[in-house]
Amino acid sequence: MTDAPLLSIEQAEKVFGGGRTLFGRPRPAVHAVQDVTIEVRRGETLGVVGESGCGKSTLARMIVGLDAPTAGRIVFDGRDLVAEAGKDLRRLSREVQYVFQDPVASLNPRKTIRTILEAPLIHLLGLNKQARAARLSELMDAVNLAPEFLDRYPHEFSGGQAQRIGIARALAADPKLIVLDEPVSALDVSVQAQVLNILDGLKDRFGLTYVFISHDLSVVESVSDRVAVMYFGRIVEIGPARSVFRRPRHPYTHLLLQSAPAPGRKALVSEDANTELPDPYNPPPGCAFHARCPRGTDVCNAKIPQLEAVAGDDSQRAACFHPHERR
Amino acid sequence: MAEASTATATPARGQKRSSGRPDNLGLLLNNKLATAGLAIFLLIVLTALAAPWLPLPNPDVTAPADRLLRPLSEGHLLGTDALGRDILSRLIWGSRVSLAVGISATLIAAFFGSLIGLVAGYAGGRVDTLLMRGIDMVMAFPYILLALAIVAVLGPGLLNALYAIAVVNIPFFARNIRGIALGLSRREFVDAARLSGKSHTQILFIEVLPNVLPVIIITMSTTVGWMILETAGLSFLGLGAQPPQADLGSMLGDGRKILFTAPHVSIIPGLMIFVLVMSINLLGDGVRDVLDPRLKSGALTRPVARTAVMREDKPGDVTPSPGAVLDVRGLKTEFHFGKEIFRAVGGVDMRLGQGECLGIVGESGSGKSVAAMSIMGLVPTPPGRIIGGVALLEGEDLFSVSDERVRQLRGSAVSHVFQDPLSTLHPLFTVGDQLIEAIQAHQPLSKSQASERAAELLKLVRIPNPGERLKAYPHELSGGMRQRVCIAMALAADAKIIIADEPTTALDVTVQAQVLALLDTLRREKNTGILFITHDFGVVSTICDRVAVMYAGQFVETGTTEEILNTPAHPYTAKLIDCVPVLGQTERRLDAIEGRPPVVNNLPVGCRFAARCPRAQDDCRAAPIPLFEFGEGRAVRCIHPLIAEAGHD
Ligand SMILES: Nc1ncnc2c1ncn2[C@@H]1O[C@H](COP(=O)(O)OP(=O)(O)OP(=O)(O)O)[C@@H](O)[C@H]1O
Ligand code: SF4
Ligand code: SF4
Ligand SMILES: [Mg+2]
Repeated sequence: MTDAPLLSIEQAEKVFGGGRTLFGRPRPAVHAVQDVTIEVRRGETLGVVGESGCGKSTLARMIVGLDAPTAGRIVFDGRDLVAEAGKDLRRLSREVQYVFQDPVASLNPRKTIRTILEAPLIHLLGLNKQARAARLSELMDAVNLAPEFLDRYPHEFSGGQAQRIGIARALAADPKLIVLDEPVSALDVSVQAQVLNILDGLKDRFGLTYVFISHDLSVVESVSDRVAVMYFGRIVEIGPARSVFRRPRHPYTHLLLQSAPAPGRKALVSEDANTELPDPYNPPPGCAFHARCPRGTDVCNAKIPQLEAVAGDDSQRAACFHPHERR
Repeated sequence: MAEASTATATPARGQKRSSGRPDNLGLLLNNKLATAGLAIFLLIVLTALAAPWLPLPNPDVTAPADRLLRPLSEGHLLGTDALGRDILSRLIWGSRVSLAVGISATLIAAFFGSLIGLVAGYAGGRVDTLLMRGIDMVMAFPYILLALAIVAVLGPGLLNALYAIAVVNIPFFARNIRGIALGLSRREFVDAARLSGKSHTQILFIEVLPNVLPVIIITMSTTVGWMILETAGLSFLGLGAQPPQADLGSMLGDGRKILFTAPHVSIIPGLMIFVLVMSINLLGDGVRDVLDPRLKSGALTRPVARTAVMREDKPGDVTPSPGAVLDVRGLKTEFHFGKEIFRAVGGVDMRLGQGECLGIVGESGSGKSVAAMSIMGLVPTPPGRIIGGVALLEGEDLFSVSDERVRQLRGSAVSHVFQDPLSTLHPLFTVGDQLIEAIQAHQPLSKSQASERAAELLKLVRIPNPGERLKAYPHELSGGMRQRVCIAMALAADAKIIIADEPTTALDVTVQAQVLALLDTLRREKNTGILFITHDFGVVSTICDRVAVMYAGQFVETGTTEEILNTPAHPYTAKLIDCVPVLGQTERRLDAIEGRPPVVNNLPVGCRFAARCPRAQDDCRAAPIPLFEFGEGRAVRCIHPLIAEAGHD
């Protein structure tokens, strides 16, 4: 592995709302992402899991520059992305691209696939007509679609095909990092595998690095080298995929894994208590998981636990005062 | 690659398919009223345009000797007015002026209004607030008063009237367009365009505008008639066209004083205004119908409350299998779009015992939901219809009972839990009201007793603080809570069976685990039968006793959950299991199923899976494959199955 991380997110924070209205009244603020620090290494796939509303998409949008963090730094290959994206998103978009959750909604219904795929080639790479034509056939080949499709409209495609077009668009500018926000969640199970296999192939072929966001634990486990688990805007556990899934340290990760159904698994463990997330407008003072946590104590309610190495194992870290022991 | 060449439009949407997009003019001409409007409008426009070349007397030359001639008099087809001017000539020249003013005002209003709307909707935030407050201010004045005020400031005259009309109509465009632009700007394709390197201006005009254009055209076509009318109004009041110039409004105004002595002077321009505006409005409505996709899909015919049953062969007496609460035999449901028939469910048998959970698994579009919805007649008609089979609920054929009886059974003996609980819960009533109603429909309890029972039920489905939650509206609850309320409703009615259509698909894993546990308890303690539709074998494992795998409208394999998961007999079942990653088994290679299921309006003669099946042979394609039983409740629709005992020989 090379030394410097490709992407490092340092204490990123995103607050929605807040500030004041036109008439000076304060507006309620929601911390969608808080104190997130992650490094993404060259060539790896970092999986991000968590339940709906935990801030996964917000994190993703900050990485690609669609949203600016309220605080913190995002450094890509030694360059400060936040400052850069504020000035000119294009420079960033040449390096970092995004694949959207809803493949059909991410394609403009009134544009042909050719127009859609040419946009990054024109605006980001400034290619001439000939070079564009060559690149287009390369892209269509990379995602295994027939070149005839270039002149069709998005509504003529199935979900799986549309998502492959979305991937081709992300690939077009030859980026180093691709953020995939639930890329297979909207797809049928039979198509999911096709798209996952294509993504896998492209990674090797073009030397890509992925940040792969999903709520589906089994999908994340199958694609990731490392995994970050998010809860209520924070990373609660991070580490190599294998060890996080085999030996979860954080009680929330533990609960997630026990709740996930798998073929052949009979009974699921389910909580009795409230599974609601805490109120974002009125966050708890300590650990956000406290209300649901079977291991919680008073200290959890008083202080926010920090992400720390568990039992001397530096590769896996959890934000918990009473983590599960190594089994 | 094989799959690549078979892309067609989404099958379920009936009409768009056969010959690509139907062309818009053709659609417009299908509408008789709109065609009539178009013909009249074109006639008027062409005549007005041709005015300089027509052999008409000068419209402004007075001839006091010839004043107030009646229509059809010598040399003046429509007579003359109080100053002896030829009315026909003034009418044609006047229409020219009115049309020009009305159309220019529409264009100006459309241009500025749409621009404001686009910018406000796209930019959002402060810009939006500022622009829209401005628009609100304009709208706060009564419409005609504002126009009068503007003309009063600018002074009377045709051009000023034009400005006034345009200005008062700008808010109308701005609001319409802003709404659409706002929605579009939050769509993912706009983000995608930004990441493709487009600037905001480029996105606004290249990405958003084309999607808004139909709405602008609709709004224009429905307002131009109004604007002509308004111009006429201002001219009628003497604020528009100034003498001697004629426009339709000023002609009407001229004739007003002599309405009783010479009615034709005002009636003729009045009729002209009526015909012109009417033709434009008919045409405008036609244009709107063509461009507005919501009206295109035949949504104008409201579906009836229960699926039409048109069984070709009336089944004789069917005796229900012993022990079955629900016994469905040979269910066939189709969708008819014109001549095209989509055979969504092609002969399905389901048996559900007390306290049993039957899972139906399959890809999207395989007919799982249609099969389940057919049971209680919830498939919309048109286009849906049940064309065969019986559904016996404790021996009673649900397809032949009265509408009244079906209504009774829905929500009592048979409960539904859908993926989106909002489709089961009424948004305008509190959860408590709805639960109490369900309880009272079933048991004669007083309101307070029912309310207590409702709180108990919420507690039973593990909703914290049930007393308070009774007062909540559905939208105030999270998805998981709503789903639990739906289950509480099923409990309230003491349902014999629950039809659960992907009830946990939209939920997070931890909430899903709770809902599944709840359903499981329910069937064990209350003996409720559950028909559970899902695409997830993991979920199937946790709750279902038996599983039916569905493909292209038919069951291709049935058996107990263990049998299906451990020893699948149908190649499709095996592939479907192999294509999903399983927690804890990272080494396993995901095996995608190549190709796509057949579209159900064009099914192959033989095995419906043949095109994607690795074991397919010539005999598979020759004739329909029957469902072959090879054990208690175990069956497979394959002639070269994966396990020997299922073999036909
Ligand atoms: N534009 C916004 N304005 C206000 N709040 C927002 C906005 N976008 C997101 N949020 C809030 O931020 C939090 C995180 O949202 P985000 O969309 O990142 O979650 P997610 O994990 O991606 O959820 P899902 O899986 O449902 O998409 C939520 O509480 C959400 O309501
Ligand atoms: S910090 Fe305490 S409450 Fe939070 S997860 Fe750990 S044990 Fe549970
Ligand atoms: S009948 Fe033939 S084509 Fe159909 S599933 Fe069996 S082997 Fe495959
Ligand atoms: Mg999300």
